[in-house]
Amino acid sequence: MRAERMRHDTHAGGAIGSLTPPSLTLQQGLWLLAAAGVTLAPHASYLPWWIIAACASLLGWRAWLLWQRRLPPHRVLLLLLTLACGVAVRQEYGHFFGKDPGVALLALLLCLKLLEIRRSRDVRAAVLLCFFLQMAVFFEDQSPLIALAALSGTWLAVVTLLALADANAAHRAQMRTGALLLAQGLPFMLMLFLLFPRVQGPLWGLPADATSARSGLSDTMSPGSISDLSVSPDIAFRVEFSGSPPEPSARYWRGPVFTRFDGRTWRAERPIEASTPFYTPSGRRFDYRITLEPHDQRWLLALDFPGAGAGAVRGDGAGAGPIRFTNFAQALLPRPLQSRSRFELSAWPGTATGLQETAATLTAALALPDGFNPRSRELARQLAAGAGSDAVILDRVVSYLSESRLTYTLKPPLLGRDAVDEFLFETRRGFCEHFASAFTVLLRGAGVPARVVAGYQGGEVNPIDGNLVVRQSDAHAWAEVWLGGRGWVRVDPTALAAPQRIEAGLAAALPEGEALPLMMRQDLGWLRNLRHRWEALANAWDQRVLGYNPERQREFLASLGFGKVDWPQLVALMSGVGLILIGGLMAWASWQRRLQDPLERSWLVFCKRLARAGHPRAPWEGPQDYGRRLALALPRQADELLRITASYARLRYGAGANRADIRALNRQIRNFELQ
Amino acid sequence: MPSATQPLASTLRRASRAMVDRWLFRLDRPEPSPIVLHQRRIYVLPTNAGLGLAVALLAMLIASINYSLSLGFGLTFLIAGIGIASIIHAFRNLFGLSVSAGRCEPAFCGESARFVFHVTNSRRWRRPALRLRLHGGETAFDLAAADVTNVELASPATHRGWLAAGRMTLETTWPLGLIRAWSVFIPDLACIVYPQPERAPPPLPLGAAEGGNGRRLANTGDEDFHGLRPYRDSDSPRHVAWKALARGAPLLTKQYAGHRGEDVVLDWHTLPATLGDEQRLSRLTAWLLAAERAGHRYALKLPSARIDAGQGEHQLHRCLRALALYRASDTPPAGTKRDAR
Repeated sequence: MRAERMRHDTHAGGAIGSLTPPSLTLQQGLWLLAAAGVTLAPHASYLPWWIIAACASLLGWRAWLLWQRRLPPHRVLLLLLTLACGVAVRQEYGHFFGKDPGVALLALLLCLKLLEIRRSRDVRAAVLLCFFLQMAVFFEDQSPLIALAALSGTWLAVVTLLALADANAAHRAQMRTGALLLAQGLPFMLMLFLLFPRVQGPLWGLPADATSARSGLSDTMSPGSISDLSVSPDIAFRVEFSGSPPEPSARYWRGPVFTRFDGRTWRAERPIEASTPFYTPSGRRFDYRITLEPHDQRWLLALDFPGAGAGAVRGDGAGAGPIRFTNFAQALLPRPLQSRSRFELSAWPGTATGLQETAATLTAALALPDGFNPRSRELARQLAAGAGSDAVILDRVVSYLSESRLTYTLKPPLLGRDAVDEFLFETRRGFCEHFASAFTVLLRGAGVPARVVAGYQGGEVNPIDGNLVVRQSDAHAWAEVWLGGRGWVRVDPTALAAPQRIEAGLAAALPEGEALPLMMRQDLGWLRNLRHRWEALANAWDQRVLGYNPERQREFLASLGFGKVDWPQLVALMSGVGLILIGGLMAWASWQRRLQDPLERSWLVFCKRLARAGHPRAPWEGPQDYGRRLALALPRQADELLRITASYARLRYGAGANRADIRALNRQIRNFELQ
Repeated sequence: MPSATQPLASTLRRASRAMVDRWLFRLDRPEPSPIVLHQRRIYVLPTNAGLGLAVALLAMLIASINYSLSLGFGLTFLIAGIGIASIIHAFRNLFGLSVSAGRCEPAFCGESARFVFHVTNSRRWRRPALRLRLHGGETAFDLAAADVTNVELASPATHRGWLAAGRMTLETTWPLGLIRAWSVFIPDLACIVYPQPERAPPPLPLGAAEGGNGRRLANTGDEDFHGLRPYRDSDSPRHVAWKALARGAPLLTKQYAGHRGEDVVLDWHTLPATLGDEQRLSRLTAWLLAAERAGHRYALKLPSARIDAGQGEHQLHRCLRALALYRASDTPPAGTKRDAR
C-alpha cells in the first residue's frame, strides 16, 4: 500500500446515492432489458402471437424511454394497460387458472413491470419475474439450447442486480463480477443437483394442462390419422440394444390394438391385463433399453413380443411400476406416461401368440358393421368361396391386394362414408392405415379373424452414438390374422404396395416427386449428419441431465460407495460438501497476494515494528513526514530513522533505484533495533 | 399501540440492543484507531430482498419436484449457489478494511456535529457500495483499490459537553442486494459541543470592565488612514493599496489607526438571578460571539474558572470550551482519550 499516492477525497454526509435512485440509470436499464429479452425469447415459440407482439412493443417502449431519458408512464395508464392485458388473456384462454394463461400473464407482467420501475425494489421484482419465466420455459422445452438461454438469462439478471447495487462500476467490471458469481455458483448447483434428495413427482395431482397436447398415436384410428403424424420429425423414443439390433423387417413396436370397427374408425377394446404375458416367449432374445418421450398413454411401445425375463423389465420415471401384459400381446404402464422415462426390456420376435385364443376375442375379431363398405364385403365373399382353409383365404387376399396396384402416398385423397370401398375401388391411393384397414375388413368379410395393430416400425440408427431413434414419422399400422395352430400372424399390407417402407423407411417408399419433409430428403446428407450429431448430444443430455431422477440418484450414490442412503445421510453429505465449497470460497476471499515488491515488503516490516512501539504511521503520512515525526518522538535514534525513511522515499519515488540500494535498505531495516 | 406502552417498548428495544451489542458484537468501550475489520467482526444476514428470493426459490423447487423438471432443479440450485457466493462477496467487500477516527470540529448545541473518519482499503480490489452509519444518518461511498477516503458523518448535537461518536456501523449489501454484511464498532472519537447561543441576547455589558475606556492603538482599528507597510499573506484584500499597485508600487497594505475594541468582562455572577444555568451559558455564548465579532477583548468569569482577557479564534474557543464543560465531565466520555483542542 502506498499511502503517498492515495487519493484523498471526502464524502459529505447524506445523499450520495445512499438510497435508491429516482429512476433507472441507462446502464441498469439496458441490463434489465437484456435480461428480460433473453428470458422472453424462448417463449416466443409457443405463446400466442399477440402476446409476443405486446411484449415486444412494451419492451421497445421501455427502451425508447430509457434512451430519451424520460420518466416512466403515468400509473393510471399502466393500470389500464394491465387490466387490458388481463382481459385479453382471459379472452384467449377462457380462464386464468393453469399453466398456459399463467405463463402468458407472467410474460406481460414482466414487460409492464419494466415500464413501472421507480425504485430498486421494482428492479428486484422484475428480476424475480425473469427467474420464474426462465423456469416456465422448461415446461415446454428442456433442450441444451434452452438451458444455455436460461444460463445467459441468469447471468444477465445477476449483472442487473450488480448494476443496481453499484452504479459506479464499469460495464466490463459488472460483467466480470457477474460471471465470477455464476462460476462460483456452479459447483453448488452441481452438488445440489446430484445430492438433493429427489422424490418422484408429482407431489399432488397435476393440473389438467400440465402436459400440453402431445403428438403420438391415439387410441382410435381413422383414415388420415397416421399420415398426419408421419410428417412430424419429433422423436417418439430411443432404443439402445445391448447386442446387435434385429433387422429392420422385425422392428415392430406395438402400440394400440384395434378390434372394433364402425365402418370408418377403428377403436381399441379394453384389454385383459395380467402380470405375466399370455404367451410363452421363445426364439432369439433381444435385450434393450428404451427411453420413451411422454405420450400421455399407457402403452409401452415394446418391441414384439415383450416378456418378463428375470429382472428384464425395469422402469423409472413417472410411469414406473410393475408392467402389465395384455391379451393383445401389449405391454402397458400402470399410468399414462407423463414424463420421459427409461425402461429395460427384452423381446422375443419369434414368439407365437394367441395359440389358445378365447372365443370372445375371436368373435370380436370377425365383427363388421352392417351397411358399410358393401363392395368390399362382396369381394371378400368371392375370395372366400371355395377356399379350404383360412390360410388359403389369406393368400388370396394378399395376392388380390398386391395385384390391384394401389399407391402408397403421404397425401391420400379424402374418403367418404364407405372409406374402404372408395380406397380399394376408386382412389387407390392410401397410407398405411388405409392398407391395414382394408386388409382387415376383407379378411373379416371372408370369415377370418383379423385385427389392426398400430405402433411404430423401423427407426434409424444414429451412427454417432449407435442408438436407434424412432420418430413420429415411423408411426405405422399393420394387421394380424388368426390362423388355427399358428395363432396371430403379422401381415403388413403396406409392404404389398411399398415393400421399401418396411426395409428402408418412409422416405424410400414414397413415389418419386412426392414432397418430403426437409429432414427426410435423401440428398441432404450433410444436414442429416448434422442432425445425427445434434441428436446424439441431445440424447446424452436427456439421459444424464433430464433423466436424473430418484432411481438414477440411487445408482449414482451406489457408484460412489454409498449403498443405501436415507434422507438424513443425504442431507449430512450435502452439508459436508457444501461446507467444503464454502470453505474454498472463504479461502479465496481472504487470500491476499503476497506483495511482490521487496522494497514495499521491508517498508511494511519497518512500519509494523514502529507501530508496535507505539508510533504507527498515519495513513496520510508520507515517508518523509513520518521520519520527521519519528525523529522528534525518538530523538536518540533520530539519525537512523531519518536515514531509513529518506532512502525509502528516494528508492520509491526517485529515479534509478537499483537492486543493490534496495538490498542495502533491507539490511538497514533488518538491523534496526528500537532502544 | 397505545401511547402508554410506547416508552416501555422502546426501553425494552434499547435494552435488548445493548445486550446484543455486549454479548454478540462484544461492544463495550471505544476502540483505538485503526479498527481493522477482520473475520470475526463481520456479520452477514439476508436482507428483505434476500428473504424474498429464498421464498421464490422454494416455490421454484416445489414446482420442479411436482413437474419433474430437471432443468428447473438446475436453475433453482444455480440461483441458490449464486446467492451463497454473494454472501462471501459481501463479506469480502468489508474484509480487511480499516476505519480510523479522524477529526471533529466543535459544534454548537442544536447544530450537527460532523465526524470525519478515514476508511482505508489496503487490498488490491475495489470496494463498492459501502455505507457508514451513525445514529440513523448514513454516508455511501466507494473505495478504489489501495485507497483511503475521508467519510464525513453528521450527528445531531443535542447537549453541550462531550459528544462521543458512539456506536456505528459499516455495512454493504453489494453484490446482489440479497445479503447485508456489516460490522459494528465504537470509534474513539468525541466532539465538543458548545452551548446554544441565545437567540436575541441583551447588548454586551460594555463599560463594566476595570480598565474601561478605549485606547488609541496603531495597527488594528478601522477608522483613520495611518500609513503603508509591505503586504503579508494574512492581510485582508480590502486593505491592499490597489491604487499604489496600479502606479507600479509593490503590494502594500494600508494601515489604519482607530478605536481598538473595549475590554469586556463576561461574568456569570452579574447575570440576572432569574436565569437558570443553561440560560446563563446560552447568554454568555452569545456574548462571546458578539464580542469576538465586534473586535473587543474579552474575559470570562465562571464560578469554576476564570479566563483572562484576550481576543481571537483561540481565546474564543477556550472560552466556549469552558462554557461547554461547565459542571460537566472534563474528560471525554467513556475512556475517550481524544482531545478536541
